[in-house]
Amino acid sequence: MTTSAHPLAHFDVQEIRKDFPILNDGTRTRPLSYLDSAATSQKPAVVLNAMHDYYVHANANVHRGVHELGDAATSRFEHARHRVARFLNADPRGLIFVRNTTEALNLVATGIARQGGLMASDRVVLSVLEHHSNIVPWQLERSTHGFAIAAIPLHPDGTLDMDEARKLLAPPTKLLSITYQSNVLGTVTPLKELIAMAHEAGILVAVDGAQRVPHARVDMKDLNCDFFAMSGHKVYGPMGSGILWGKPELLSSMSPFLGGGSMIDTVTFERTTWAELPQKFEAGTPDVAAAVGLAAACDYIDSLTYEAIEAHEKDLMQHLLHMLDSLPYIDVYGPNDRERIVGAVSFNVRGVHAHDVGTICDRHGVAIRVGHHCCQPLMRHLGVPATARASVAAYVTHDDIDSLGEALADVASIFGQVITQHTSPASQMEHRHA
Amino acid sequence: MPEDDLYREIILEHASHPHHHGTVTSATHTTEGRNPVCGDEIALSWNEKDGKVSDIAFDGTGCSISQAAASILCDSVIGLPTSQALACARSFRAMLVEGTAPEDDMSDMAALQGVQAYPARVKCALLAWNLLAESLEAEEQSHD
Repeated sequence: MTTSAHPLAHFDVQEIRKDFPILNDGTRTRPLSYLDSAATSQKPAVVLNAMHDYYVHANANVHRGVHELGDAATSRFEHARHRVARFLNADPRGLIFVRNTTEALNLVATGIARQGGLMASDRVVLSVLEHHSNIVPWQLERSTHGFAIAAIPLHPDGTLDMDEARKLLAPPTKLLSITYQSNVLGTVTPLKELIAMAHEAGILVAVDGAQRVPHARVDMKDLNCDFFAMSGHKVYGPMGSGILWGKPELLSSMSPFLGGGSMIDTVTFERTTWAELPQKFEAGTPDVAAAVGLAAACDYIDSLTYEAIEAHEKDLMQHLLHMLDSLPYIDVYGPNDRERIVGAVSFNVRGVHAHDVGTICDRHGVAIRVGHHCCQPLMRHLGVPATARASVAAYVTHDDIDSLGEALADVASIFGQVITQHTSPASQMEHRHA
Repeated sequence: MPEDDLYREIILEHASHPHHHGTVTSATHTTEGRNPVCGDEIALSWNEKDGKVSDIAFDGTGCSISQAAASILCDSVIGLPTSQALACARSFRAMLVEGTAPEDDMSDMAALQGVQAYPARVKCALLAWNLLAESLEAEEQSHD
């Protein structure tokens, strides 16, 4: 046997599935093809065990007291911070534990606006791809501070209109907040190009990285964004774990987000001063177990290697897109170049509402996401009320995708008459391969 | 092949060829609602004449269950005294929320009983019916 440098040489998906208790749940009475990892990933036993171990051996409140368990808890929490920072190649002083991406983006919007960084004469630029969590926090701050909000438009295939982006990344824009990878289309934005354009014009860049980190290595020093938000629960970590990373000098100049314990230096009724980073942004007792679990998830991903995960998921996406493209009643949304659809794909069964598709898939034990995916502006752009979305992860198999194919054939059989009425696609985004 | 418990033929027929689809001209009552989770939208318009629902229609978009339920609603309550229309809406809700057995006079409404086994879809079936019930209940109270 010759040795191989192929990234999948040591990648055995059946072995990986053994790491995930929920995929081997003997109490289930139905099969499970979990194609909804873009909503939340399943958790490997190493993550669950790390959290359990924390509660069994080290639980106490952090950054307080002088007892042994308090020291142990603080040590595990700070170790987790350094582990996640190393995972992202980021300065740990700028790494703040939050609950999720939504909270991270609210922190950025509030912290900048409250400190006077966004005023009535300023503009914040978003894109039509954004999740509501990267729209609503800015609208909330706009209601107080009166700045303008603009969105980079999309081409019909859902890719960013970079000419319009260039025009918007100019005065009076102060900040660009944009997704790294669309949770609906699976497309990756040209982030380094956008960041360079923004920085040239003195514009700060915040990144919604929630959908990118599950699929590819993200390096803060290489990316050079100013803020980066992500959720731990989409990268094999626990729910309630997330981070905001920010350049320390920017975070230092920002207003705190939540006030309370842990985030202060001195408190009097007249005036309070803030703790140093990162505690300034971590008011109240943190979810230490979630942080510990996220650190374990970083270890888990590194043990599989991103290289192998990417190769496996690329193979899965090819299989998935080939299956969808071969069904004449399916409309796939996104670029014609299917290689650009990463990790997740949105589609509709022509003439059938996505919720009906989701229910029939569920009856086959296939879990997909259906609805507007918290992206109503993008749905309006696509001209549909909702889509079905299938997403992949390290533990997904070809069999899972084949089960989706069988479920979609069942949709076609139940709604056959409706589908034949819709032979001409309503969507302007029809890009079927001939 | 046994009939599908959810996508019964009668429901697929109502969804693909809805009855009373559109708006009632010079309606005495209009109401609309949406389901923020899935984006189903229903607008109901009807005429009340001599204490009866003399005409009714619905407009909207959404899944087969929400559209079939609205179509069946219009069929079921047209011509009924408003008090009976409200009773009808309450029986329908009881069937889906509390699992009450459908009554003999429910005809096509009973076809939606299978939705009860799909908790995430109950709100789809109830959208139009809740709109009607809320509107009739508000009117009942204003007459008290």
